[in-house]
Amino acid sequence: MSEPQITLYRLQACPFCERVVRTLDELDLEYRSRYVEPMHSERNVVKRVSGARSVPAIVDRETGVTMSESANIVEYLNGTYGEGGA
Amino acid sequence: MVDFDVVSLPETDHVAEGDTAPDFTRPLVNDEYWEDRALADVVDGPTLLLFHPMDGAFQGTYLYNTVDDHGWSDDVDVLGVSISTPYAHKRLLADRGDGVRIFSDPGADVIEEYGLAHDIDGMTGITESRPAVFLLDADRTVEHAWVASEHPEFPDGEAIDDAVADLVD
Repeated sequence: MSEPQITLYRLQACPFCERVVRTLDELDLEYRSRYVEPMHSERNVVKRVSGARSVPAIVDRETGVTMSESANIVEYLNGTYGEGGA
Repeated sequence: MVDFDVVSLPETDHVAEGDTAPDFTRPLVNDEYWEDRALADVVDGPTLLLFHPMDGAFQGTYLYNTVDDHGWSDDVDVLGVSISTPYAHKRLLADRGDGVRIFSDPGADVIEEYGLAHDIDGMTGITESRPAVFLLDADRTVEHAWVASEHPEFPDGEAIDDAVADLVD
């Protein structure tokens, strides 16, 4: 099985995370979901990969980009993979 | 030992030694996060696959204390399966089961496929797993299998020690 290049760190039912998922789906991008705990203090894995404990966060191995904040992520995804993107 | 008969469980056509452990995909929980994983992708060497009753039942607590006492996760990959949610698995792994990852199978479909389903009296609508131990090689061939035939019944740690030693030596 080929591994998706994008990993999404997400929290169940987090609207900002769902916003990113919608964009990933619109762009037909494969991704793997890693669910973390609601408690901030329980999110060391997110801190380790992105430098902050906030979700959503994505890791894109295709481009080497790691990013937090849904607005930034959506802009990045559209700019990289959308119409007119690289 | 008790001076009355414990409950015997009916015969079951379960996954047995020599079988290939059926593949499945379920959320796999570690001490930091969970994600969908296929057993076939996770097994890449000797693996101890442990089915157990829902998290919180004393059987699971004893099981993971035994895993830690015997240090099996130092020698093989240790994977659990129960009907509990990923949130419950994370709480369990915070206290015990060092290095263990646990699949979440709330619908018990994997448990059914392995021939381990157990309808618990007085918990209508819940299909439980019998305690069961499968030691797999890297190809998911079952090298050692044990399935509870009484309720309750606990796996024999010494037998698992021997099976692990046979496989990894």
